[in-house]
Amino acid sequence: MNIHEYQAKQIFAEYGVPTPRGIVANTIEEAVEAAKELGGNIWVVKAQIHAGGRGLGGGVKLAKSIEEVEKYADEILGMTLVTHQTGPEGKLVQKVYIEEGADIKDELYLGVVLDRAKEMPVIMASTEGGMEIEKVAEETPDKIVKVAVDPAIGFQGFHGRELVFGLGITDKAEQRKFIDFASKLYQVYMDKDAEMIEINPLIKTGTGDFLALDGKMGFDDSALFRHPEIEAMRDITEEDPDEREAAKYGLSYIALDGEIGCMVNGAGLAMGTMDTINYMGGTPANFLDVGGKANAETVAKGFEIILKNPNVKAIFVNIFGGIVRCDRIANGILEATKMVDVHVPVIVRLDGTNAEEASEILKNANIANVIPATDLADGAQKAVAAAKGELS
Amino acid sequence: MSILVNKDTKVIVQGFTGGEGTFHAEQCMAYGTQIVGGVTPNKGGQAHLGKPVFNTVKDAVEATGATVSMVFVPPAFVADAVMEAADAGIELAVIITEGAPVRDMQKAKAYAVKHGMMTIGPNCPGVITAEECKIGIMPGNIFKKGNVGLISKSGTLTYEGANQVVKEGYGITTAVGIGGDPIIGLSYKQLLPMFEADPETEAIVMIGEIGGDLEIQAAKFIKENITKPVVAFIAGQTAPKGKRMGHAGAIVSGSAGTAKEKMDALEAAGVKVVVSPAEIGKAVAEVLKK
Repeated sequence: MNIHEYQAKQIFAEYGVPTPRGIVANTIEEAVEAAKELGGNIWVVKAQIHAGGRGLGGGVKLAKSIEEVEKYADEILGMTLVTHQTGPEGKLVQKVYIEEGADIKDELYLGVVLDRAKEMPVIMASTEGGMEIEKVAEETPDKIVKVAVDPAIGFQGFHGRELVFGLGITDKAEQRKFIDFASKLYQVYMDKDAEMIEINPLIKTGTGDFLALDGKMGFDDSALFRHPEIEAMRDITEEDPDEREAAKYGLSYIALDGEIGCMVNGAGLAMGTMDTINYMGGTPANFLDVGGKANAETVAKGFEIILKNPNVKAIFVNIFGGIVRCDRIANGILEATKMVDVHVPVIVRLDGTNAEEASEILKNANIANVIPATDLADGAQKAVAAAKGELS
Repeated sequence: MSILVNKDTKVIVQGFTGGEGTFHAEQCMAYGTQIVGGVTPNKGGQAHLGKPVFNTVKDAVEATGATVSMVFVPPAFVADAVMEAADAGIELAVIITEGAPVRDMQKAKAYAVKHGMMTIGPNCPGVITAEECKIGIMPGNIFKKGNVGLISKSGTLTYEGANQVVKEGYGITTAVGIGGDPIIGLSYKQLLPMFEADPETEAIVMIGEIGGDLEIQAAKFIKENITKPVVAFIAGQTAPKGKRMGHAGAIVSGSAGTAKEKMDALEAAGVKVVVSPAEIGKAVAEVLKK
């Protein structure tokens, strides 16, 4: 789960991670009020969406008067912001964050993520703030300082020293401030079960202070049960409605841009099915894992969600029955076709326990657009042919 | 022969009396696994499925001599259970539980390593030595005895792969589902040398997926250490970047962890890489006939 910049900064503030002062606004009036309350003579109006690259897309504006705050809030609120992370359809901006202007001397990067190879959180810092960190990692990897922290000992002095010397921070007061900043950020990461934190840019001001000018946080979904305060920050308008609907029924769904709907048990086999369709010359319309309990209700819901996508020309149901026997799943699929109007060909491959009985059930049911397949290759081939209208 | 577990392995079940624990312990016993007891706090002294229940893993190990634990404890408590097993001297914990917080598993795995306990999973189907011992939730009947070792991040792809191998007239020595979480226990790199050393295993199937770099590490290891033929499939060639594909660990972050880079690395290491899981069986037959 991800949260907005203003929410990440609220969390930072709780931990004493320095950020510029700011107020979130839902309307133009609120934006003007916020600017007045913050005072000063320079403000930044920032679109709040769950995607990076907002500045380039026109979602971040510097305002030098209250009138400009009003003008930019008007422009940004309600706009569909397109960035390299939103996809071409963009995202509707419903909130702006009004922040006091900052005196930027240097732009740095600071992040915390899980290093899967080391199996520890790793703090990543770079002098190349404001740039896409993946680009920096590819082009000038020596400009990224990585310090893994073993949670068994927590953030120690040497972690801090490796960071500041790696970044070339020589002023002792600045070193102290940066180390304090990084250690607090590490604590946020651990305490909140974050999956990633990214501050890009983290700025150094003219007075040698460090401030989180941006803030991005993602959380481990499996740990949300112990963080109601994070769950409360969920913005459902940022999530795909079909993915959300699917999740309610224990289905894991991700829309893609192809023509063959997929319904599979198990995430690995679901990806493998997409890959096989692609290999056979077709295009998968979605990833869908129905989980361990493929029954009439879940299959019906799966059909419903897949068929919302108007590009779908055929559906490939690929189930490997293990503990749940295939004959039961076959009956479930037949029932599901009665519950949902399935107007495209459905290729059904059931393998595993009681596969032969299942195949008999499907054959005997003799439903026009339900086509049995013998194995994964056969099923994928038939689905590709059906999507092209070549399956009689 | 086989790796990790066999017909003599003594197994306890943590989360024995719960719904999942009961159902799968029963299935494992029917397969022939020596389930010697289980652990459920406050139910010590009772019997369940005809086996003794203990309050702690320590009590269970002392009374039964079990060396392996199959863990069905709910996600919020699973790390605690795994650390308890390590502390009690269990040699291998097979963690079936899905949805364990990453931070918890980080801690539990580090503790297990420190105590010399191997772990498999979490979020995995478990381990099975064909026709001898099943510790997990896989359908046992698919796994016929044979000469192919299998390592997989995915449950259903394990079944798919094993089923194809059997249909080609071969069979399985041991199959290990290592799980699809960001932090897992035994991985390719630890399991490959076990299969290399197992005289009955003549070929190895490894099934990976997008995310992380375990398959890349495996490729390096295979190049230097493995003489037996390896067949590999990497799921997620068509997965979009930045999206989590069902498994918590199956995500391409930035440009790292793609199927392509893993397939290329494995191919360069001399592994027979198939583009579709539908070809695993045929590829195994091919490498075994050579």
